[in-house]
Amino acid sequence: MKKLLGILVVVILFASCNNGNSDKKSDKNKSKTVSITAAGATFPLPFYNLAIKNYSKATGILLTYGGIGSGGGIRSLKDKVVDFGATDAFLSKEKEAGMPAEIVHVPTCIGAVVIAYNLPGINDLKLSNENLSDIFMGKITKWNDQKIQKNNYEINLPDIDINVVHRSDGSGTTYIFSDYMSKISTNWKENVGRGKSLKWPTGMGAKGNPGVAGVVKQTKGAIAYIGSEFAFAQKISFAKIENSAGKYITPNLKSISAAAQGQIPADTKIMLTNSSDPNAYPISGFTWLILYKEQKYANRTKAQAEETLKFLSWIIEKDAQALAQQVNYAPLPEKTIIQAKEILKTVVFDGETILK
Amino acid sequence: MLNSEKITKTLLFLASLIIILLASGMMFTLINGSIPVFKEFGINFIFSTKWNPTEEKEVYGALPFIAGTIITSIIAILICFPLAFSTSLFIGEYYRGRGLAKIIGTMVDMLAGIPSIVYGLWGFYVLRPLIVDLGFNSQGYGIFTAGLILAIMIIPYATSITSEMIMMVSNDLKEAGYSLGATRKDVILKIIIPNARSGIFSSYILAFGRALGETMAVTMLIGNTNVIPKSIFDTGNTMASVIANQFGEADGLKLSALIAIALLLFVITGLINGTGKLLIRKFS
Repeated sequence: MKKLLGILVVVILFASCNNGNSDKKSDKNKSKTVSITAAGATFPLPFYNLAIKNYSKATGILLTYGGIGSGGGIRSLKDKVVDFGATDAFLSKEKEAGMPAEIVHVPTCIGAVVIAYNLPGINDLKLSNENLSDIFMGKITKWNDQKIQKNNYEINLPDIDINVVHRSDGSGTTYIFSDYMSKISTNWKENVGRGKSLKWPTGMGAKGNPGVAGVVKQTKGAIAYIGSEFAFAQKISFAKIENSAGKYITPNLKSISAAAQGQIPADTKIMLTNSSDPNAYPISGFTWLILYKEQKYANRTKAQAEETLKFLSWIIEKDAQALAQQVNYAPLPEKTIIQAKEILKTVVFDGETILK
Repeated sequence: MLNSEKITKTLLFLASLIIILLASGMMFTLINGSIPVFKEFGINFIFSTKWNPTEEKEVYGALPFIAGTIITSIIAILICFPLAFSTSLFIGEYYRGRGLAKIIGTMVDMLAGIPSIVYGLWGFYVLRPLIVDLGFNSQGYGIFTAGLILAIMIIPYATSITSEMIMMVSNDLKEAGYSLGATRKDVILKIIIPNARSGIFSSYILAFGRALGETMAVTMLIGNTNVIPKSIFDTGNTMASVIANQFGEADGLKLSALIAIALLLFVITGLINGTGKLLIRKFS
């Protein structure tokens, strides 16, 4: 009986704590007229979280973003339960045709995928395209393999097994990585291909960037691809990668940004991997927000549409782009911002342009 | 009087009806969701080892996951059995009612209450490096590591039920045995085990069922490779773990394949519990 009473007291305490919190929250909600919901990619999540926090503070608009994955974001937009979605891979023509209405893509920042590894005492590994694909195809299995050693003659590579680690969940990071691999290796293109999750020829899987990074840190001889925003914040060693000009490039915000210097189509639907710019880090890519071109759907008000557009035009502008850099994403180049603005101008409510 | 009886009856009936609706609703959702994948691959889905989620090359087969699930659970039950059985004899017979047995009993119950993710973390930081140090494989992940953590997780279930069953064996029988000059070993082998066997058996079935569906700790340690493991130190994947991993980004045929795996897991767990019950009835 005493035990029961004790449990009861604890339960009541917890319940009362929760009540207090939710009361405050609902009070806040009441004072705002519009609240915006969005969901999708986890790759840009740190940027979106920070941007939304600052935007909410400045404007009082309540914004919620659910990092449920690109697939989930697309599904939510399709079901019309969000104001906009987010994805790391642009929708193919077929996928766009499968949506209930026409959608537009708005790029928000540039991320990259770095090749992280765990070799004690070594932190300036270089990987040629051939070595990179051979390692991830399982053709090279030892770190002191002649091919890698030849590529890195100034360092002494240890005689240990290469442990390839990949994502076990579907992910935009995997999509960008496999898109690049398909461009540099025909063998990869034919046997593995490009996708958010793949049939891996070798290695083991771990869940999410934190999972993969955790395995790499814990395992000698591990090599993996990790979202740059996560790798930069974690201080993991990552390799210099050979780009299309034959230069070995260290991933940093500058070299990632350089990947978007080339010609970008008007709808911004392009994979930036293997950029022809000689200073570009080759495994880089845009991440997009997606929304319906006609904003009048599912009982949405005009005010709702206006606030959505206001936020979207804010996130591509300077202030927000500076925030992106704080959390290790490369900002959009000037001309891409102009393109993104043009895209936003095509969005309408009941046929009328929203942004003038 | 009669009226209140009627009300009680109706209430009880309604409560049971909700359970039936829930179970059949769940079954319906699973079957409905898995129709596309069975339409595409037919019964082959269950026996195929091919799992390729890449667009345009999509092929799905559940066998690697079925194999991973069953192998890890069998490893778990094999490791769990000697440990759990001796602990329950210790608690339920040898040191029955004494302070030490009570302490151990409480510890076992506490182990049952630890969330799966905590076991996963412990496995990741303690068990996995140990496997590497022992030289089983170079990264420490795999079927064996997952089986080991599962064994530790199901020990409390098997132990607490088994010891209850052992304690439930009537004292008269045991005393009769001793009065006839039986040793403790004789009493255990000839009186306790035969009398409690259906209960003991069902406790291991229950533990096995739990091992089948365990997700979080397994995901963290199994290595998540979608192929049939070549040895028990190889990496693999289980049904629950592949669903947890891939659900977020899945759509279309892949989503259907994952739902079909959920359905298979449901069926396998049901089958094992069913056979368990049947065997218990036969034994007792």
